[in-house]
Amino acid sequence: MPEKFDVIVIGAGPSGNAAAYTAAKAGLKVLQIERGESPGSKNVQGAILYSDALEKIIPDFRDDAPLERHLIEQRMWMMDDESYVGSTFRSQAFNTPPYNRYTIIRAQFDKWFSKRVQDAGALVICETTVTGLHMDGARVVGIQTDRSGGSVYADAVVLADGVNSLLAKKAGFRGELRPRDVALAVKEIHFLPETTIESRFNIGPDEGVAIEMAGKITQGMVGTGFLYTNKESLTLGVGCLLSELRAQRITPHVLIEKMKEHPAIRPLIEGGEMKEYCAHLIPEGGYNAIPPIHGDGWLMVGDAGMFVNSVHREGSNLAMTTGWLAAQTLIELRNEGKPSSAANLARYRQKLDQSFVMKDMKKYRDMPAVLEKNPQFFTQYPELINRAAHTMLLVDGTDKKSKERDVRKRFIQKRSRFGLIGDAFKLWRAFE
Amino acid sequence: MNKVEEKLFQNRYKVDAGRPHIQIADADICQLKCAEKPCVVCCPASCYTKEGDGRVTLITDGCLECGTCRVVCSENRNVLWEYPRGGYGILFKFG
Repeated sequence: MPEKFDVIVIGAGPSGNAAAYTAAKAGLKVLQIERGESPGSKNVQGAILYSDALEKIIPDFRDDAPLERHLIEQRMWMMDDESYVGSTFRSQAFNTPPYNRYTIIRAQFDKWFSKRVQDAGALVICETTVTGLHMDGARVVGIQTDRSGGSVYADAVVLADGVNSLLAKKAGFRGELRPRDVALAVKEIHFLPETTIESRFNIGPDEGVAIEMAGKITQGMVGTGFLYTNKESLTLGVGCLLSELRAQRITPHVLIEKMKEHPAIRPLIEGGEMKEYCAHLIPEGGYNAIPPIHGDGWLMVGDAGMFVNSVHREGSNLAMTTGWLAAQTLIELRNEGKPSSAANLARYRQKLDQSFVMKDMKKYRDMPAVLEKNPQFFTQYPELINRAAHTMLLVDGTDKKSKERDVRKRFIQKRSRFGLIGDAFKLWRAFE
Repeated sequence: MNKVEEKLFQNRYKVDAGRPHIQIADADICQLKCAEKPCVVCCPASCYTKEGDGRVTLITDGCLECGTCRVVCSENRNVLWEYPRGGYGILFKFG
């Protein structure tokens, strides 16, 4: 392949597909390389699709995208070993089209997205691993693949190669990931009849529920669990910072087994047939861990650039938006006849700064450090709150004032008065 | 409790026989210098096994390509980690 492209996009996940689609649709000559057998076969997500980001790129995506269920109910559970204290938000507003969020199955969704990319005019090549970047001095001019004679050249290369981004590391654009900046998530998919799912979760056809969990579900490690309803399957999983798994010496597949035995979860998945087990690293280092995201002839998008809002469990929407803005930058430069130099590509960073992506990343910039240094939010508080609920709800002849005193005493014993005030302040600062 | 092998049995793989995409750079470092062996603990597919004499053996056939072993080997940087050749490795049916 001696020919030259305007853009080479590496990877066919949400960020790469958004970039390739947007660039191809504007008439740029786009080559996209994917190492999987088909787009999606290497990709793992929970998965919830937030409509807004995709709608901006493909307004009519609902016509033919493989969507599982639109979410009408969001549950948050703070868990103990045998109980949870939860909140639920269920609303008809989320049950009225156009729907705001859907569960999806990535292997199917990514294939659909890739079809749209190809229809827009991009050349998509699968089963090909990019092994390195071709440099001319400090400038990226092309890629090396594992196919024979597999060098291809382009004016710009978009690194959409996911959380591990070996290419960026090899090229020296960034260092190795730190165990504290990534969460390891494991998940399973369990198949059940549609009607069983709908009766268990109190939902109608196409309606869905998402449950997010914190507390003992992670054995007190910084992390969360989740359970989502698909059309005829449930996905459930748990993710913790790698630094925590390492320090606590907990094996991830044991964590998910324990999760499935929790008395609140077991009946929901009862009788399901497990058909796949996945694992994936999620970049959760936040704003402070974002590597350089552009340079001479290259742009970085999606997970490769740490674009995940771990507090709100958002990632694929940030991925799509970064891919979209990267492509817009390249389109503008083409239209203005300017080269894709580092200085010109800085426009990508400016677009990100003005978008929700960087605003949200900045807002929660202190959160990773706060959670890492304050394990009580994942250990003592879930236990205290669950015990408090148990104490107050148990009718045993004890008067309510004495019960309140007991609850207060337990909180102060565990955290001290100043500790409680300090914790409240830390959380407020981190969310502010 | 489900063993990890039973979980992995549900997955689809195209194994690149004889060409493991991950290798231990220096077996002596695992055996002699690394008491913690975080790869053995953290690998979600249990590809790494600690042997009786402290050696670590690696079989990549069940690898989920997450990158954990490479990231977690942060002191010794003893894991040579590449993606499988195009088309090989884990093939997620659902992801």
